This record gives sequence, structure tokens and C-alpha cells, in this order.
Amino acid sequence: MTLALQQDGTATRKAKRSNLSSARLRAAWLFLAPMMIALAAVAGWPLLRTIWLGFTDANLTDLSQSQFIGFENYLSYYDGEAYGVLVDAEWWNAVWNTLWFSVISVGLETLFGLLIALILNAEFKGRGLVRAAVLIPWAIPTIVSAKMWGWMLHDQFGVINEILLGVGILSEPVAWTADPSTAMWAVIMVDVWKTTPFMALLTLAALQMLPGDIYEAARVDGINPIRVFFKVTLPLIRPAIIVAVIFRSLDALRVFDLIYVLTSSSTSTMSMSVYARQQLVDFQEVGYGSAAATLLFIVIALLTTITVVAGGLKSGEGEQS
Amino acid sequence: MADVTLKGIVKDFGSTRIIHGVDLQIKDRELIVFVGPSGCGKSTLLRLIAGLEDITDGDMFIDGDLVNQRSPKERKIAMVFQSYALYPHMNVYENMAFGLELSKHSKEDIKDKVMEAARILELTPLLERKPKQLSGGQRQRVAIGRAIVRNPKVFLFDEPLSNLDAALRVQMRIEIAKLHQDMDATMVYVTHDQVEAMTLADRIVVLNAGRIEQVGSPLELYHRPRNKFVAGFIGSPKMNFIEAQVTGVAEDGVELSVIGSDPVKVAVDPTGLAVGDKVEFGIRPEHMGSGTEGELSGKVEVIEELGESHFLHVRLTDGSLITVQGRGDATAKAGESCKVKLDCSHAHVFGGDGFAFSKLGTLGQHEKTATLEGA
Repeated sequence: MTLALQQDGTATRKAKRSNLSSARLRAAWLFLAPMMIALAAVAGWPLLRTIWLGFTDANLTDLSQSQFIGFENYLSYYDGEAYGVLVDAEWWNAVWNTLWFSVISVGLETLFGLLIALILNAEFKGRGLVRAAVLIPWAIPTIVSAKMWGWMLHDQFGVINEILLGVGILSEPVAWTADPSTAMWAVIMVDVWKTTPFMALLTLAALQMLPGDIYEAARVDGINPIRVFFKVTLPLIRPAIIVAVIFRSLDALRVFDLIYVLTSSSTSTMSMSVYARQQLVDFQEVGYGSAAATLLFIVIALLTTITVVAGGLKSGEGEQS
Repeated sequence: MADVTLKGIVKDFGSTRIIHGVDLQIKDRELIVFVGPSGCGKSTLLRLIAGLEDITDGDMFIDGDLVNQRSPKERKIAMVFQSYALYPHMNVYENMAFGLELSKHSKEDIKDKVMEAARILELTPLLERKPKQLSGGQRQRVAIGRAIVRNPKVFLFDEPLSNLDAALRVQMRIEIAKLHQDMDATMVYVTHDQVEAMTLADRIVVLNAGRIEQVGSPLELYHRPRNKFVAGFIGSPKMNFIEAQVTGVAEDGVELSVIGSDPVKVAVDPTGLAVGDKVEFGIRPEHMGSGTEGELSGKVEVIEELGESHFLHVRLTDGSLITVQGRGDATAKAGESCKVKLDCSHAHVFGGDGFAFSKLGTLGQHEKTATLEGA
């Protein structure tokens, strides 16, 4: 009898608890629903549609006339000749350009960001003002800074040529954004100028989280500052830097506006995004362009996963207590 | 090992003066404790000795050398921080070895030193662990180990036990006392906990608002506080201060009427006192008793039972609240009237300026040696 009562009691409690948790679950879904619906509408649907269009022969003139053609946009053979994005030299050129741009610009931004963050982390008069000033390039919309730099780098009217000619470094004006040998470097320089503040900000946040007492302990132990930086500071802020690098890499891999404004569709700087836009809009090949966009998505997803996994493992070592 | 001498040490932060000309002689192999309320400058004084802060004025000598301009490393001191200050990404071994790696020690030498420190502190099984895998007490032992391996002239402890729970604090206190015996080192220890100060110190320095109030052995401070501040700070619960009037002056002491009571006699040097003067009568809770007889009367307001003893908080007729300690369980009840008996051989008299009138008569054996040492 007692046993039966007990079991009864347990059963009631269990039922109550599950009622409560299911109510919580319902509430959670209720709060999540608006965001899920919004995301599905503005991100999920376009993504799925792009992937679908990549398997069709859609054309911008009349999207309703598209037909499913399987993987032909990616790779197909006609009379022993291969066609498709995967064998297009221009596509692979764009992939190479994008990777080159991403590695160099994110690398430089991380380095300069760290240096600026270390300076801003020091105590000096007017630090607040300098911190705000450093952020300005990042606050300017990309399209505006790209246009601005476009004029500054202009071969005839640009202030850069004017200055370099004036001090005698150049003997004749250089078409920075048009010359294939300088175009990519011009793009990288503008991107570094614009995005270094973002890296500096994230690194500074990490630096400010560091406990001050370990630096005093290091002073008492008489360890020189350079060694303290490499043995203490850098390992402790590494997780934050990895996160910042992932953020920036995601941005850099789908770079479009900066390159398009500065150099239009020039082959020497064409990124994956610029390539996809050219196919979609200039050549009106929606199917082919969508296939390129899908590949762009896959490349970014792959690289991000690799970085997160590798970075996640590493950040596990830099445990903070 | 070394002695430390402070001569007229002054420290300003901006326009605020934190340390007002401190003179102090810390003897070789002594464990000296800086104690005082928060903001009294005890940690600042320790950081000045460490070289983590610049001295504004005055001179500091370690082992006879002027060290004002020397870096912490050159002063050959080691410091244990309140927050442990362990490097979170290094394991216990690396934490202890890090400070040695750049100096001229060989790898074997470093290993020997670290293993020896680990053995002393019972850290050997934990050498591979990261700080976050350790308990508070273990972390503090690592911090102490990091200090030991450097074989410093002076150990500095900045409130090392205040982040630990009560039981662990008692245990670590004993370990530090043992360490001091074994290492035979000069140690400067900062705490706000007067129990830690009493139990650990060879001598205690009581600081208040950037000035030294009194320096002396624990019992000297307990039995012969120089002023009201030291009297109130040393001892728990704190000393009771009751207004009193001088009713008689003799060579062997003064007679006081404590809020209208019959005269009680306190054996202090009466120089400067006259009949009718208002003074403060100071007596510790453990030197009073409650019951049906006594010099003072009042009403019990709150009773605190501690098991082995109890505290009665008694509201006296003049409205002041005093604490009376008794042994065992309390017999009184809250709200009851009671009489308070005074053991005037342990009482103190303070003048209007807060200074104590020095006590007369023979000292207890402990007191005597303590006073001689402190002199």
C-alpha cells in the first residue's frame, strides 16, 4: 500500500514537471518563432532558391522559362570539351584572387590591430579621444570609403600620385587601380585601412579582460616585457584573436563592394562575388551565376568549418581561469 | 635574508597623500604583520617595499642597501598576491619555473628548485594541473611556491588568505607560520584580519590613515594599546569604551566613576589628570561579567551564543551599548535587567586626545618579554 502510494506520488510529480517543462518549451518556441520566420524568409529562401537556380538554365530576361539541367552549369561535356564553372579559368582566377586577398588583408589587419590595441591599452592622456578617432575608418560605409580612395588613387587627379610625384618617389603617375600589378595591392591597402579598427577593437576588448595582477607578479619576478608579451599576453588573448580572424575571414571571402567600386570587373582583382555578379547581371546567366554563388557558399562554409574546428581546438588550450 | 628599514616613507597618489612619513625597522628573520582597516595604506606600504610603486619621499633600505630606485627584481623580494596572480595558461610547474627561466639557472637547477618547493608545499601530485583545476588553497600554495623558488631576501604577503573560506584560512595560517619557522626568512604580511595578525606576527604594525599607530608584539598591543584606535582594533569583539569621570588621583592609579557608579580604581599613571576630568574608560568584553552584582547596570538587548562562550549586548543607563563575554551558555534573557561587573586590573583609561594613560604595576610574564622585544 505504502509502495503504491509512493509510486503514485512520484508519477504525479513527474507529470507535473513535464507539464511545466513543456510549457517552458512552448514559450521558448513562441519567442523564437518571429526570428526563425524572418531568417527563413530573408536568408533561407534566397539560399535555397539560389541553389535551385544553379541547377537550371535560367536567364535574367525571363526567369519563368527556366528548365532543370542537373549539374551542367558546374560541369558538362560537349564534343569532348568540358564546360561549366568548375573548368572556367576565370572562376579559378577569382577563387585564387579571393584567397590571396583574404589571407593578406586579414593577416595585416590582425597584426596592425594587435599593435594599435596594445597602444590603446596603455594609459595616456586623451586615450578616449584616440580610441574614438581610430574607429572612424570602420564607421564609414564601405561604398563611401571605396569611392573616396578611388579618387585619392586616381591616375590623373588623385592626391596619392600628386604627393608621390611631389616628393620625387614617382616620375610619372601610376594608375593604381587599373594597373594589374598594383590593383590588388591597392584593394588590400584600402581594406586594411578600413578594417584594422575592427580588429583593434576586438583585441583591445580581450586585452582589457586580462587580470592586472599577473603583470605585477611578472614584474616582481623580473621578467622582461617582451617575454611577458609572448609568454603571457599572447597566449591569453589568442582565443579572442581567433574569433576576430574568423569574423574577418568570413567578410573577406565574400568581398564585393570594395573591389567592384575600386576596380570594377577587372580580371586581376576579380573576387568570387564579383565573378558571380558578372555572370548573373552582365551576362544575364542566372543559372550559371547561381551555380557560381553556390560554389562560393560551399567554399566559405568549408573554410569556416575548418577554421572553427582548428581554432576551437587551439582556444581550448588558452583556458582562462 | 635581510632586514628592511623604512625612513620617513611618503607616498602620494596625485594630490592625495596615502602614506604620511612612515619610519619602521623590520628585523632580519622577523615575521611582521601590517594590520589596519581597509584604506589605511597597508597594501600600499607593502607595494612600496616591493617596488611596485614609486616612493614619493623618504628612504628604503633592504639589507643595508638603498633601494628607492631599484626594480622589484633587484630588490630580491618575492610577493604573494591576494588573488594568487597565477598565469592561467601555465600548469603548476610552469607557474613556479617561469620566474627562473631567464635568470642564469640551468634546466636541472630550475627543476630541483621547483621540485623542492613542491615537496615542501605538498604540490608534487599537482604539478601538471592548470590553476583553474586547483582549489583556492592549492592555488595559494602554488603562489607561495613561486615565491620560495626565487629564494628571496624578503617575502611579501598581500592579504594571502582573504579569498579562502574560514576553515582553509586557519589551515593555511598554520602552514605559513610553519613555513616561516622552516625558511627562517624575513616576511612582511598584510592583513585586515586581526586574528591572523595576532597568531602569525612576531610584531604587529597597526596602521590607520597612512600612519603607524603602534608597533609591538601581539600581546603588547593587546594589553598595552597606545591609543583608542589600537585598543579598538585589536581584540574581538572590540573593547568597550564608556564615559567616566575622575573622582580621585593617587600615585598608584586613578579612581573613576563610570557613568555614576561607585568609584573604581584603575592602575594607570595619573600624570596630567585631575579630579573632575572627563575620560574614557576602556574594558574588553572578556574582562567583564554579568550577574546580580556589579558596578554598572543595564538591560540585555541581544544575546549571541557561541557554545563555548556567549556575548551579551547590554544597554547601559546612559544609553551606550556594551558587549559582555561570559563562559558557556547565557543565563540571562533578552529584555532582562542585569548588573555588569568590571575586572579593573585589565581596564584602560583614555584621555580626550585618544591616547592611553600608561599602565602601572607588574606585567605578566608574556607581556614583559613582549615589551622588551618590542622596545
